[in-house]
Amino acid sequence: MTSNQVLSEIEYNVVGKRPVRPDGVDKVTGRARYGADTNQTGTLQAKVLRSPFPHARIKSINTSKAEAFPGVRAVITAKDLPLASLSKAELGNEYAGLKAASDHMLASDKVLFKGHPVAAVAAVNAHVAESALALIEIEYEELESVVDVREAMKDGAPLVHEDLRTNDMGVTADKPSNVATHMSYSTGDVEKGFAEADLVLEREYTTATVHQGYIEPHNSTAFWNSDGQLNIWTSTQGTFTVRASVANVLRLPVSQIKVTPMEIGGGFGGKITAYLDAIAAVLSKKSGVPVRALMTRSEVFEASGPAPASWMRVKIGVKNNGKMTTVETDMAMDAGAYPGSPVMQAIVCAFACYDVENGKVDGYDVVVNKPKTAAYRAPGSPQAAFAVESLIDEICGQLKIDPIEFRLLNAAKEGTRRIEGPVARRIGLVECLEAARNHDHYKTKLEGANSGRGVACGYWPNRGFQSSVVMTVNYDGVVSLIMGSVDIGGTRASIAQQTAETLGIAYEDVKPTIVDTDSIGYTFITGGSRTSFATGWAAIDAAEDVKGQMISRAAKIWDTSEDDIEYVNGGVSHKSDEELKFSFKDLARQLATTGGSITGRSSVDPTGEGNGYAVHIADVTVDPDTGKTDVTRFTAIQDAGKAVHPSYVEGQMQGGAVQGIGWALNEEYFFDDQGKMMNPTFLDYRMPTSLDLPMIDTVIVEVANPGHPYGVRGVGEAAICPPMAAVGNAVAGATGHRMRSLPITPGKILEATWENGKG
Amino acid sequence: MATIFIPSMLQSLTGGAKQVECDAGNIRQVIERLEELYPGIKDRLTEDGEIRPNLAIAIDGDVAIMGLLTKVGENSEVHFVPAIGGGL
Amino acid sequence: MAVTHVQTTLNGDEINFLCEPRQSLLEVLRDVLGMTGTKEGCNDGNCGACTVIMDGRIVDSCLVLGVEAKGADITTIEGMASPEGLHPLQQSFLENAALQCGICTPGFLLASKSLLDQEPDADEGRIRHWLAGNLCRCTGYDKIVRAVLQVSKAK
Repeated sequence: MTSNQVLSEIEYNVVGKRPVRPDGVDKVTGRARYGADTNQTGTLQAKVLRSPFPHARIKSINTSKAEAFPGVRAVITAKDLPLASLSKAELGNEYAGLKAASDHMLASDKVLFKGHPVAAVAAVNAHVAESALALIEIEYEELESVVDVREAMKDGAPLVHEDLRTNDMGVTADKPSNVATHMSYSTGDVEKGFAEADLVLEREYTTATVHQGYIEPHNSTAFWNSDGQLNIWTSTQGTFTVRASVANVLRLPVSQIKVTPMEIGGGFGGKITAYLDAIAAVLSKKSGVPVRALMTRSEVFEASGPAPASWMRVKIGVKNNGKMTTVETDMAMDAGAYPGSPVMQAIVCAFACYDVENGKVDGYDVVVNKPKTAAYRAPGSPQAAFAVESLIDEICGQLKIDPIEFRLLNAAKEGTRRIEGPVARRIGLVECLEAARNHDHYKTKLEGANSGRGVACGYWPNRGFQSSVVMTVNYDGVVSLIMGSVDIGGTRASIAQQTAETLGIAYEDVKPTIVDTDSIGYTFITGGSRTSFATGWAAIDAAEDVKGQMISRAAKIWDTSEDDIEYVNGGVSHKSDEELKFSFKDLARQLATTGGSITGRSSVDPTGEGNGYAVHIADVTVDPDTGKTDVTRFTAIQDAGKAVHPSYVEGQMQGGAVQGIGWALNEEYFFDDQGKMMNPTFLDYRMPTSLDLPMIDTVIVEVANPGHPYGVRGVGEAAICPPMAAVGNAVAGATGHRMRSLPITPGKILEATWENGKG
Repeated sequence: MATIFIPSMLQSLTGGAKQVECDAGNIRQVIERLEELYPGIKDRLTEDGEIRPNLAIAIDGDVAIMGLLTKVGENSEVHFVPAIGGGL
Repeated sequence: MAVTHVQTTLNGDEINFLCEPRQSLLEVLRDVLGMTGTKEGCNDGNCGACTVIMDGRIVDSCLVLGVEAKGADITTIEGMASPEGLHPLQQSFLENAALQCGICTPGFLLASKSLLDQEPDADEGRIRHWLAGNLCRCTGYDKIVRAVLQVSKAK
């Protein structure tokens, strides 16, 4: 049997333990209410009509037959959005941004990807709405489309936006292009570094479009009340982001919109963009009743935001002893139909695992006729890690250096200056590599024919951003913890644990509730590996506020100065009179008669997030006849700073690893020559099943983050960065073939075998 | 004096200088000072009076949370780095 | 549209409902009966989120018509716990952190229950094979398989 280890240095009472999550019982009994479970009285069902073409001009739309269909209560097109009645002159600098946001929600003049929304219907049920969609008449003029990132960059490629011009760090190009942005960073002297190297390798890599693959489809229920208040119930990673997005497109003040978070069935970055909310809202306004919109699985694939396909060139110079002298990369990622791929994150993550004197990175954000890409777990970094970590493995092979020793020799550590400039603080990559080297997996000899082992590293910077928390002390000593961060993977538990730890009370005495946008201060998304860090910070800060108020209440009761009282061991004590002390619960019981309840509060925007590093080891066997790769053993190692709830940290590591294994071996959008996705179902877009996998061993390394009271680092993202290269490197070991294009399908492996005459 | 790291794409404006020493209390003053030294650089870093949307400022490794008003320490390092994009 | 009367046994109780012939059992459960514990993930039989037990077999309720429930014996997630407490699998999922977002959990629990009802000593390989029709995107399956193993007599 395999194992999970935690390499802890500091023990706490509640932080670091594994209590049952507060929302657990509701989720194993089917009582938890997710977005699609919203049911307001008299709710209509909405369906969205989507473009069948990847690129076309809309010449006319006729909705009259759909409107007349029995059971239909409202039909909308882009004409029903505020943009239709606003002029370019009125909007000024805001125009371009609003047009993109509004058109993304409902296309006005052009459709830019297959699945682009064009119209929507609200009807008494979904079947009626679907029948009515078929009655909407749209005349399109088909345009030439482009879906490949490299093709889109060429002169003469079909233009996705006729007026888009490349922005080169503040300078706009003269002629239109599909390249929205170019950025470049460098350090040291790249040419000199290559000249000094004993070995220089340069390779190209590509990765396919992949989807986050959350099991719950997008959903939104909206009710535009006759008093003007717009209510939205949805499953989202960020209620305040939905509110801002809807307010922008519908030109409403944010406070006119209340977004209530329902439970969320997975997001991984894909449930930040608001796709359906404004559509449901406008349909509700037109029909006067609540409207619920749900995506089908095919709509999720074709019209939400997948992760970009990429093309990457990487060049690395090393000395014979393995010391890297120079690194260089060009990376291009497809943003989909509107600019904004994570390529600039990719270029700064690409070499963040290494301490190299000379380096240059260039990124190109490219629009194509595909759905606008969205964040997917460590956006940009997994693709970059695949390229860089594959090339490093090739270098290790040529220099005959152990891949972990090579990485230890070059590893980034405290004081390492990254290519984009900032210097690393205390980070745990070296400790992760050492844990990998010492792990039973790495020490166990690889056995059997056609098997291989691969190692790779990954990095995500992690971030803070704003979070708000309110907590009240009930008269029985139980603390109600109120927050705006939605819980995707156990953060009710991890925030409650930090609260309990700070107050010195039991985990069971903290009761978390996640509330709507009217009931808490601004709180950014659950994503970016920020929630346990930043909302944890807010909870700690609010708990400190409670402690201060508990002290002043005791001072009132004892008729003494607050300075004479201290908060210790979950209660208050008089510093000099041993007789005077209250446990948290005893003091709570006195609150009602000494001035009422106590409310602690905090809104924070913390910096000091600790960078996240992960190291993975993968063993595979490759069937020489079929080319099929099986992952036979897998170990994920990661620096969590301090794992607040180790089980959910392991869950993040294992889940990230498996998404990465899918990205490595199976997952891919297939486009036909017209730019249409051919596999928008879970049957044909094949994600890993339980049968495809071994247990995923984990090692939680804890190198405390000095920027957090308990040393917490974000953990959600670094785990998806190493698997593609780890698996690819293992495949190279098993087959002798270096796979530089994801996914590593059986077909690609067989082709490589035949080309080399080994088949 | 704070040390301002000039992004490589803007080093053509600084005559190749990669770092500039600068006496400034906050980022707005940093940018004003850079503009005095290297006319045109302000437009490359800001748009409508704010830092460009695809850029973020890092001061001693921390992303500036108060935009141009963020304080700069006496010996701080200031970097103009890519903004975290794509909704994370 | 004309509706059909269906009499069926749901979580031990005999019930009646009216549904359109085109409505799936999943739709009937969620939209007609208001039992939203059964989840929709794909509506085409590929994810297992809507798994229910029908006459002793696990089915994707999105692939069964509501009218096919006539005379059947159906168990959904709402029928898994008893007044005495959670089913041992539900308890094990909680203790082993076998869920993150939880949307696939009802389907996994019913599929696991069906396996252990028939094969109380299922081992890891058997569990992985049996659960291959249920997709989970959060956990990488490790903790789900461990949770089922803990309840299995095979251990």
